[in-house]
Amino acid sequence: MTETSASVLKIEALTVGYRAESGWREAVRGVSFELSPGQTYGLVGESGSGKTTLALAVMNYLPPGGRVLGGRINFGGVDLQSLTQRDMREIWGSQMAMVPQDPLSSLNPSMRIGDQLSEPLRHHLGMTGAGARARIQELLEMVEIGDPNRVATSYPHQISGGMQQRVMIAMALSTEPRLLVLDEPTTSLDATTQATILDLVRNLMHVHNAAVLYVTHNLGVVAQICDRVAVMYAGELVEDGPTDAIYRQPLFPYTQGLWDSVPRLGENKRQVRLHPIQGRIPSLDDLPEGCVFRPRCPVASDVCRVHPPVYRPNAERRTRCHRWQAIASGEIDAAQPLPDQQTLGAGTPASEQVLSIDDLAVHFSPRPSITAWLRSRPLKPIKAVDGVSLNLNSGRTLGLVGESGSGKTTLARALLGLTPLTSGSIQLFKAPLAPRLADRPRSSMSRLQIVFQHPQEALNPYLTVEQTLMRPLRHLRGMSAGEASLAVGDLLQAVELQADYRSRLPAQLSGGEKQRVAIARAFAAQPDLLVADEPVTSLDVSVQASILNVLHELQVEKQTGYLFISHNLAVVGFLSDWVAVIYLGELMEVGPADAIFDPPYHPYTEALLSAIPLIDPQAQQEQIRLEGEVPSPADRPTGCPFHTRCPRFLGDICVNQRPPWRETAQGKSYRCHIPPQDLEGQQRKVFAFSDQAGKGGGP
Amino acid sequence: MSRYILRRLGFLLLTVILTSIIVFVITQLLPGDVARVILGREAGEAALQALRHQLGLDQPLLVQYGRWLGHFITGDWGTSYSTKVAIFPLVMGRLRNSIMLAAMILVFAIPTAVVLGVVAGLNEGRWIDNLISVSSLSVVGLPEFVTGLVLIQVFAFTLHWFPANSSIRLGTGFLEALPRLILPALTAVLVLLAYIARLTRAGVIEELKKPYVRTAVLKGLPGRTVTIKHVMRNALLPTVTVIAISFGWMISGLIVIENVFNYPGLGRLMVFAIGRHDLPLLQAVTMVTVVAFASANLAADLMYAALNPRIRLG
Repeated sequence: MTETSASVLKIEALTVGYRAESGWREAVRGVSFELSPGQTYGLVGESGSGKTTLALAVMNYLPPGGRVLGGRINFGGVDLQSLTQRDMREIWGSQMAMVPQDPLSSLNPSMRIGDQLSEPLRHHLGMTGAGARARIQELLEMVEIGDPNRVATSYPHQISGGMQQRVMIAMALSTEPRLLVLDEPTTSLDATTQATILDLVRNLMHVHNAAVLYVTHNLGVVAQICDRVAVMYAGELVEDGPTDAIYRQPLFPYTQGLWDSVPRLGENKRQVRLHPIQGRIPSLDDLPEGCVFRPRCPVASDVCRVHPPVYRPNAERRTRCHRWQAIASGEIDAAQPLPDQQTLGAGTPASEQVLSIDDLAVHFSPRPSITAWLRSRPLKPIKAVDGVSLNLNSGRTLGLVGESGSGKTTLARALLGLTPLTSGSIQLFKAPLAPRLADRPRSSMSRLQIVFQHPQEALNPYLTVEQTLMRPLRHLRGMSAGEASLAVGDLLQAVELQADYRSRLPAQLSGGEKQRVAIARAFAAQPDLLVADEPVTSLDVSVQASILNVLHELQVEKQTGYLFISHNLAVVGFLSDWVAVIYLGELMEVGPADAIFDPPYHPYTEALLSAIPLIDPQAQQEQIRLEGEVPSPADRPTGCPFHTRCPRFLGDICVNQRPPWRETAQGKSYRCHIPPQDLEGQQRKVFAFSDQAGKGGGP
Repeated sequence: MSRYILRRLGFLLLTVILTSIIVFVITQLLPGDVARVILGREAGEAALQALRHQLGLDQPLLVQYGRWLGHFITGDWGTSYSTKVAIFPLVMGRLRNSIMLAAMILVFAIPTAVVLGVVAGLNEGRWIDNLISVSSLSVVGLPEFVTGLVLIQVFAFTLHWFPANSSIRLGTGFLEALPRLILPALTAVLVLLAYIARLTRAGVIEELKKPYVRTAVLKGLPGRTVTIKHVMRNALLPTVTVIAISFGWMISGLIVIENVFNYPGLGRLMVFAIGRHDLPLLQAVTMVTVVAFASANLAADLMYAALNPRIRLG
C-alpha cells in the first residue's frame, strides 16, 4: 500500500475497447505505467495510436461505446472502475482535471469566463460571492493574465486563443487537483503563444506538485516539458523511460523512426535526408501477428512473429522490442531505410526567374457601418498583405513563414488570382500575370498550381484517383484519353503510389496518400510554379517526411519553383532555398535558408526561433518571449508593424517610421531600424542542439 | 448591440415599405372597377366619374400610393366596401383576438415541446426518444380540421368541458374568452409540437457533442446543472428563433383552425375580404399581417442576439 500511495496514478495492463459490429475494437491494449506527484509524463503517438483513448480512460470518461475491458486504473489508491458516476463527480474537477486541445470550443460560448471559473470553486470548495471572486482574480493572475477583471467579465470569443488556454489552465488548477491531463494543449496555438503557454505549464507544474499526463504528437514539446516519455503505437505502449535517455538512444525501432522523420530546426535538404517510416499504421481490425510494428520495422526478424513482452533494459526504461539489446549495442541499426531515389538537393547552377512579385498589396475594405458613416470616420482598409516583393527561380523553393493572420494564405490566393490585388504586380517568367484568374489564359493556369493543407477537402470525394488526375491532363494539357491514362501511371509512380491506386476513391486513402494524389494532380499540369500552402501540417510526422521527400524529388526532376508556405520553421527551413518571414502582411526578413538560422536576425525571427520547442531535451535555447498576441490586421500598429511586441524596441522611431531594408554580410535582408552591426553585437545564436541527441541518418 | 437593433429596425421598415408597394400595386392590378363595385351595375358614367374623383382614383398612381400610405399610417383605413363599417377598429379587434389565441398556443406549446425535445435529445436513440419522436410526428401528419374535429368530438360533445363553438364578440376580455381559446389552441399546438420538439432535440444532440459539455462534466458538476446551465442555454437558441417566427404565422395563418372553431381571428377576416372583393379591407389585413410577420422576425433576431453573446458583443 505504501508504494501505491506514493504514486498518484497507477495503470496496470489496461485494455480499452470500442464496441464494433464484430465485437470490441481494442484501441488501447495492455498498457501499464505509473505517475507520481510533480512528475510530467509525456504520451507521444501519431493519430490512431490510442493516446487520446488512454487519456480519456484515465479521466474515467470514455466516449459512448468505449469501455475498459481489462486491467486496472488506480487513482490515489482507489480503483476507478469501482466508482459510480456520482463518485466520479466528487473527483472530477477537484482531484483530477483536464486541459483540452481546443480552448475556444471547450469553453461555454454563452457564459462569462468568471462564471465558468466559479463553478468548480462553488461545487467543490463551497466558495461563493466575494471569496470566489477574489480566488478567480488570483487564479487569472497566476496564469499571467494582465487584466483579470476584464477577462473574468468577458465571453470566450472576446479573448484570444492564448488567453482562452490560460483560462482553461487556471480552471484546471483552481481546486489544486492531484492529477492533470493535458491533451495537446498548445496544438491549436501559434508558435509564439505556444512558447508562453509551455513556460506557464512548466512553472505551474513545479509549484503545484501535481502529477501531469501530457498527451501530444509534438516531439519538441515532449522534449521540453516532460520528465518521462511513453511512446504509443497502434494501441500499445511500445517504449517508455526518462526523456533524456529516450531522445539519446531509442530502444524501439518506431521511436527511432519518429525521431528521424522530423527535420530539426536549422537542418536543410542539402545536408540531411529525412527517413519516412515505410507503410502505414495497421487498422485495429487487422493487427499484425506478433510485434505490432513488425510490418514496418527495418530490423524485424523471425523472433518478432511472437508478441513481445515488456523488456526492462534498466530500472528506468521499458521497451517492447525483442531486439533491443542488439539496438542498444549498435549491432543493428533501427533507422528506416531511405527511399531509393532520394538525392540530396544539389541545386542546378543555372536557373531562371519563375516568379517575381513586386510591391504586392492586398487590402480588404471593412464592412461599412451606419455609425462610422454618421461620424464621417473614413474606413481604414484591412491590409492583409502590404508591400511584399519576392523573387523565385526555377528548381528553387521559397519558404514563407508566419503565424496565423500574417497574410501567408492571402498572398497565395492573390498569386493564384483568387483574391484581387490592391496594387503591385506579379510576373511569371518576366511576363506580367493578370491579377484575376478569369483574365488569365489557360496556359497560365497550368503553369501555376497549388497543393492545399487539407487533402481530404481538396479532393472530390466522388472521383477516383484516375479521374482526379485525368482532369488536368485532358483540360489543361489537351491530352487524349489514352495519353492521359498513360500519364496517370507516370504521375502515380512519381508520388510513389502503386498503380492499383487508380481506381480508389479518396475515402479509401490515408491522409498522406490523399496528399500524394493532390501533389500528383498539381504536377499533372506541368506547373512552373507550385504553391504549397501548409501541405504537411495536417499530416502525422512520419508521413510528413515522405511528403517532403516526394516534393523534393519532384523538384529536382522537374525544376519546378515552389512557394512553400508554413508556420513550421523547421519544415520551411528544411525544404527551402530561400526563406521569407512575414508578420502582419509585411515581410520582416528574407534570406538564404542556411543563413536565416544564424544571427543577426530580425527581432521577430529571433523570437520565432526561440519559441520553437526543440526536439532535444539537452538543447540550449534563448528565452525570448513576445508580449501579447499578434495585433489584428484591421488595427495595424504604425511605423514598424512589430513594434508593439518587439523585445528590441528602440522608441519613437519604431512607432513613427517604417523601418528600412538592411543587408547583412550573410546575404540576408531584413526590415528594422537596428543596423546589422548593432544586432550582431546584441544577438547570439538562439538555439544549439546537444551533440548527443539520438539523431540517426545524417549525411 | 444598439447598432444591431438599429440595423434590424431599418430592415423592418424597409420590408414594410416594400410590401406596402406590392400590396398597393397588386390591388390596383386586380380586375374590377372599384367605383362600379361600390355603386353597382346600374350606375351611370357621370356618377362613376364623380365617385372616382372623390376617391382619388383618377390621380396618378404615385399620388394615390402616397395618399393611401399616409392614411394607413395615421390609422385612417377607410370603410369596408362590403360591410360599410370602419376598417381600423374591425381589424384591430380581430388582431387582438388572434394575439390572444397565439399567446394561448405558446403557453401550451413551448413548455411541452421544449421538455419533450430536451428529454428526447438527452436520451438519443433510447426508447423514450423513439416514443417521443414517433408520437409527435404521427400527430403532425394529421390535418388541422381532423384533429380539430376530434378534439371537439371528445372535449365538447362527449366530455362537455369546453364549448365547440369559439365565436366571441369583438372586444371580449382574455379571461372571458379563455374557455373558448383552449380547443383551437390545442389543435394548433399539435401542429407545432413535433416541429419545435424535433428542433430542440436536434439542438440538444448537437450541443452535447461539443467539447464545452465535456468541460462541464469534468468539473464534476451534477447532471442537472450541466443540462440546464450549459446544454440548454445553447441548445435552445434555434428553438427560440423558430418560436418567435411562428408567432407571425399564428397571427394570420390559422385560417383552417379559425374556420373549424368559428373563431373570429385575422385569418378568417382575410378570407372574407377576398371573397367579397373588399379591397380596402384586404389591404389593411395584408398590411397588418406583414407588420406582424416582420415584427415576429425582428423579435426572433433580437432574442437570438440577446441570448447569444457572440452576436450581442460581436
